[in-house]
Amino acid sequence: MRADATFIAVEVDDAAAADPELARRLTEACPVDIFAQTGDGGLDIVELNLDECVLCRLCLDAVESDPTHPVKVIKLYDDGAILA
Amino acid sequence: MRFFEYEAREIIKRAGIPVTDYGFTTDAAEAREIAQRIGGPTVIKSQVLTGGRMKAGGVKFADTPEEAEAHARDILALEINGHAPRGVLVDPRAEVEQEYYAGVVWDGTRKQPVMIFSPVGGIDIEQVAEEQPDKVGRRHFSNILPLSDFQAKEVVASTGVTGAALNRLVPIVKRLASLFVENDMILAEINPLGRLADGSFVALDAHMDIENEARGRHSRLLAELGVGEEETRQAREATPFELAGEQVDAMDHRGVAGNVTEFDGNLGLVIGAGGGSLTLFDAVRAHGGKPANYCEIGGNPSVAKACGLAKLVLQKPGVERIAVMMSIVSNTRVDIVARGVIKACLELGYDPAEKIAIFRIPGAWEEEGFKILERYGVDYADRSVSLNEAARRAVEKIEGAPV
Ligand code: SF4
Repeated sequence: MRADATFIAVEVDDAAAADPELARRLTEACPVDIFAQTGDGGLDIVELNLDECVLCRLCLDAVESDPTHPVKVIKLYDDGAILA
Repeated sequence: MRFFEYEAREIIKRAGIPVTDYGFTTDAAEAREIAQRIGGPTVIKSQVLTGGRMKAGGVKFADTPEEAEAHARDILALEINGHAPRGVLVDPRAEVEQEYYAGVVWDGTRKQPVMIFSPVGGIDIEQVAEEQPDKVGRRHFSNILPLSDFQAKEVVASTGVTGAALNRLVPIVKRLASLFVENDMILAEINPLGRLADGSFVALDAHMDIENEARGRHSRLLAELGVGEEETRQAREATPFELAGEQVDAMDHRGVAGNVTEFDGNLGLVIGAGGGSLTLFDAVRAHGGKPANYCEIGGNPSVAKACGLAKLVLQKPGVERIAVMMSIVSNTRVDIVARGVIKACLELGYDPAEKIAIFRIPGAWEEEGFKILERYGVDYADRSVSLNEAARRAVEKIEGAPV
């Protein structure tokens, strides 16, 4: 029996996560509050909300201008496929 | 939502249908005053939302105001089928020459009201229909256009009523039809409708039931009748399981995952979609299944909400498996519900492949949903499998194949 009860993972590059402007944009973009801005302006991933991800790509759009593609939304149920 | 008799009488009175000079009270001493005002023999009737009040001693006859007070005191203290009375109705004992029946009920199949009339009143109309079918007149009518004089006359006359009685009954029947439509009722019944010695008619008892969903449209009437917003008037109090279902639904604003009703079967249901819940519930029963609950999901509930509902159902004593079924969804996402119900199983330590008898929700985001279900080995069905077949498969997993 598969026992893993998490369906989605979100990864953000460390450098990007420390950027208050990017953290703000991600926090504003996500409709299900997967991103939150910490007191010092950095980025927090809200683990509790991860599985609410609706695969809307809004977080990817929010960092579109960054050529390093610092945000990855991973579908754990689909052999780790990355939301493009 | 059902009305007490005293409220139904008030609605009838406002519609211009003659009623007796009754009074409602919650106080025995006031019952005596009402009886004094009436000035003759009275009937004291318990105001409860349950049947069998006559047999239970909830209806008593009084010749004097003192007797009315004594009866009122007894009746106010008398619970009937577990219901405490709201009060008592003090009614003049009318000298009735004949009792009739007039009612309107909502025909859910035809989606129209149906007027029912009988010159045999005072007993259940079902009994009259069985024993004297020629004494029951029926006619469907529009819920947009008013019932015409001709239509009303036709229903009454079809039972053999003629002459002055027919002429006097037509406006009563018409007003009853109007109040039914105007107030979004599903039942409006006057039984008995008494014909007095002078040929006039008077409503002697009434039952009314308003469509629950329409309460908001009639908030003024309900407020005037003193019906509190918190009064659900359901046939029974919600069980702890049902209250927990309400909490699940209230946990966030996204979608619906609630409206839970408890039953005592072994197949938990996580079902929904615009009438689909009722269809699925019936289908499960038709295939010999024993539902543990009824519920409704839809409108794209969050994963947490779908998970909460599935957990509630899975934890209900006696539930062996759950069936997750909806008709084809467009505003609910298959993958979100799949995540929710699988999460519920896993967090409770169950194997989703074992606990979910069938997952039959085709529609929006089904490719993603089916990937999730496949990964956890859950038996799922797409739109090529009917709701009826899905219900059959779910029942078979619990009860075994029919022999
Ligand atoms: S894809 Fe949408 S829901 Fe998922 S993390 Fe990004 S913004 Fe949030």
